[in-house]
Amino acid sequence: MISLDIKKRLKAAAGDMELAVKLEIERGELVTLYGESGSGKTSILRMLAGLMCPDSGKIVVGYQVWYDPERRLLLPPQKRRVGFVFQDYALFPHMTVRQNLEFALTHRQDAAIIDELIHIMELEALQQQKPAKLSGGQQQRVALARALVGQPEILVLDEPLSALDYAMRVKLQDYILQLHRRFELTTILVSHDPSEILKMSDRVFELKNGEITRQATPVDFFRETLRSARVSFSGEVIRLVQEGRAVVATLRVNGEELQVPLDETQAEGLKPGDRIEVATRTFDAVVRKV
Amino acid sequence: MNWTPLALTFNLALITTVILLLVSLPLSWWLGHSRSRLKPIIETLVSMPLVLPPTVLGFYFLIFFSPGNAFGQWLDQWLGIRLVFSFEGLVIASLLYSLPFMVHPLQSGLTSLSPSLREAAYVMGKSRLTTFFRVLLPNMKASVLTGVVLSFAHTVGEFGVVLMMGGNVPGKTRVASIAIYDEVEALNYGAANFYSLVLFGITFVILLAVYLVNGGYVKRFWK
Repeated sequence: MISLDIKKRLKAAAGDMELAVKLEIERGELVTLYGESGSGKTSILRMLAGLMCPDSGKIVVGYQVWYDPERRLLLPPQKRRVGFVFQDYALFPHMTVRQNLEFALTHRQDAAIIDELIHIMELEALQQQKPAKLSGGQQQRVALARALVGQPEILVLDEPLSALDYAMRVKLQDYILQLHRRFELTTILVSHDPSEILKMSDRVFELKNGEITRQATPVDFFRETLRSARVSFSGEVIRLVQEGRAVVATLRVNGEELQVPLDETQAEGLKPGDRIEVATRTFDAVVRKV
Repeated sequence: MNWTPLALTFNLALITTVILLLVSLPLSWWLGHSRSRLKPIIETLVSMPLVLPPTVLGFYFLIFFSPGNAFGQWLDQWLGIRLVFSFEGLVIASLLYSLPFMVHPLQSGLTSLSPSLREAAYVMGKSRLTTFFRVLLPNMKASVLTGVVLSFAHTVGEFGVVLMMGGNVPGKTRVASIAIYDEVEALNYGAANFYSLVLFGITFVILLAVYLVNGGYVKRFWK
């Protein structure tokens, strides 16, 4: 179990912010930190991994105390062994994919884990490539594999999928879930994407201005929106075409294009590039298995 | 022709560069990451030789290490070291004189690396030292090369400090730049021209090599 109780004064662009967070995560859980950028999500991950020092509080993982200022205890990141996937992947540019993984081996560790991870993440063909030659999704897979070489019990992912397109995101979500189960990890994910959270998490913590304002299961968390509209999705406006009294909006939703007729009052003020949410109550679904 | 001044010059530059590299790696790391209040002062001191006339540096060296003064006397009597008008003294003076030319490239190379590289190595359990040598250093080769070559070339071009601190002792402190001055004074334009031409050629080749390597021309050629 991870028990986190931390306070930290953060200097942000918008001024100082007091981060005060208390949360407990069960062993084997996959939880999501959800909230606007600048709400302190990344800082929480960094303090858990030992890359940032809290001002006060306590961090206990299992039976081990990682941070306790009263006992003058601050375990360095080297001793915490948290698998950390950075937002920019942080792959070592001068090493090949395989060397990146090998570098992460701990002292006297069996190297068999490398082949297993390369197999799971389907990196066989890329082993001898340098990171600069890989696509974003491939780099992300390497970063994930590398984070798990040292066989940590905790995996921390800082918005790992935000830079990827929809298809790649779905694929990587599956990889993460697979690894989470295979290595019996406790996983903490930062995400903004409701569908991603619904698919992956056991629990969601919502952060606002450095405080946890809500925690719930994803279904409960997003129930409000789910109940008021049976189907809802958000997309980016690409085109608006006037047709008689209606306006046909072409949206890009999850990488696909979709046309939605709007009446003039709805279309007022919209312009290409805006993000809108479309919800429908009366929804006649035709479902077939694919 | 007398090759000794040239040999002395390159010997001095080589020793200075090697020591500077060893000293500047930890120093630039500290300057890049420290939040100490002393940092601006240390940064200023490191950069001073850029603007200070070399003769000022040489003058204080001369005073400081002279056996006529307390510290110089102590060195002389207790350790048997006399730095004034000696090759060792020249090395020490050159170290300070060329320090910014090594520290600045290294420091900017270090700070331009993404901090997440370092942090990724830490969370893998790697020590600071391992991280530095196996992750950071290999990714700042261009900066290391620039630092090495600039300090080497700058030491070759030293004149004022050497003149003040080293004097003009043949085979010991009579480096090429001093020899040129000396030969011109004696109206031996041929000898002066010889030293000058060699210095000109070698420094041109060294700097050209750096720009070729760092500009990626060599890589493109090999492909």
